[in-house]
Amino acid sequence: MTDSPIDHEIFMELKDATGEDFAAELVNTFLDEAPGMIDELKAAAVAADADRYRRAAHSIKSNANTFGAIALAERARKIELGELPEAGDLTDATALETDLTIAAAALRSLIDV
Amino acid sequence: MSDAPGHLLIVDDNKVNRLLLSRSVELLGHQASVAENGRVAMEMLSNQPFDLLLLDIEMPEMDGFQVLEAIKSDTDLRDLPVIVTSSVEGLDNVVRCIELGAEDYLPKPVNKTLLGARVSSGLEKKRLRDEQKRLLERFATTEVAQDLQESGFAIGGKRANASVLFCDIRGFTTLSENLAPEETIDLLNTFYTLMFEAVSSNGGIVSLMLGDGLMALFGVPQPLPNTAQSAVAAGHEMHNMIEMLNLERRSEAKSDLKIGVGIATGEVVAGYAGTDNRATYTCIGSTVNLAARLEAETQKTGSRILIDQETFDLLEGANVLETFGRTMIKGFSDPFDIHAL
Repeated sequence: MTDSPIDHEIFMELKDATGEDFAAELVNTFLDEAPGMIDELKAAAVAADADRYRRAAHSIKSNANTFGAIALAERARKIELGELPEAGDLTDATALETDLTIAAAALRSLIDV
Repeated sequence: MSDAPGHLLIVDDNKVNRLLLSRSVELLGHQASVAENGRVAMEMLSNQPFDLLLLDIEMPEMDGFQVLEAIKSDTDLRDLPVIVTSSVEGLDNVVRCIELGAEDYLPKPVNKTLLGARVSSGLEKKRLRDEQKRLLERFATTEVAQDLQESGFAIGGKRANASVLFCDIRGFTTLSENLAPEETIDLLNTFYTLMFEAVSSNGGIVSLMLGDGLMALFGVPQPLPNTAQSAVAAGHEMHNMIEMLNLERRSEAKSDLKIGVGIATGEVVAGYAGTDNRATYTCIGSTVNLAARLEAETQKTGSRILIDQETFDLLEGANVLETFGRTMIKGFSDPFDIHAL
């Protein structure tokens, strides 16, 4: 599905497996936590801390996969496996933040229905 | 699934993952607790028992690899099944988890059906291991059980210096002919309870029960500072306990029980002998034969305890009642100096 940042099949599976209310609660938890993870990624980039950088990306990837946020997961995975950028280079982190904003909007609309 | 519910500990630094895994585990009918990193998990594991661990790898403070290492080096925890749930990249990381003792590896996002199956099989393994541990404790001594748990089971022996003690009830066959079967078993149970106590309170283990007698080892599998001293102390304690039992028996107008004790010290080969399916911790070598012969010899000399020269040499201030020089012992070509205590 190219028209949605979320793979609906994965998201429906999550809802079926855990219950609609729980899935909504889980999305809200992710939306609360995710900005902190982006901040952590940026802070790690500024500090040039490779371990922290990789771990932050890994965490976002893991959650993105849970909700079927394909584009977000894919970029997070690339960051996790890639080299640490030069200190203070936030290009990747900012791109990931954009992906997150798009995915978050789509997830919100999915739990509102 | 008809599983008995288990108590699982979920270790993950990510809140969404913790919530989701808890929910999945609870929907499977199990109880879930959570820890946000390896250090917190280790603390929780030392405070209360869990049946299974769902472990993430990438975590701050103490990661999953470190948790696996800590668990496998802890004798109390190493039977705890661990299922790694992670989205770490690279097959080498998965292999490393398995090598470090993880039961299984489930990639995230965790498939619900797969999780159910792996948790069931992990809990089943835990139950079997717990059951095994209980059986082991019932049928083997604590020391042997500990040795088995620490070094694992392997048929084969090692050489060690030990003291071997044989003890036997004299004339038990005649005695038991006048007893009802229940009374015979009852008497044997009393006898064994007292003898086991005498052996274990002196650091030895009972390796064989032989009808109305037993064989005890001092110095294997766990070393002792002075094996001869411990064995002789156990021998004396056995006699004291039998005297107390006889006082009781006399008040019930029953005949006295008499025992003989033989002790020999030297090199033995100790280990697990048998087959992979049925084995026993035992000890062989001429020291064992000599101890058995010395016990038989007590009948002839009328001694309470007979010891060989090597045992005597290790004793500090023993009260020797009589020394039988150059005694021929059945099964040995050279004579022995033996001592009655």
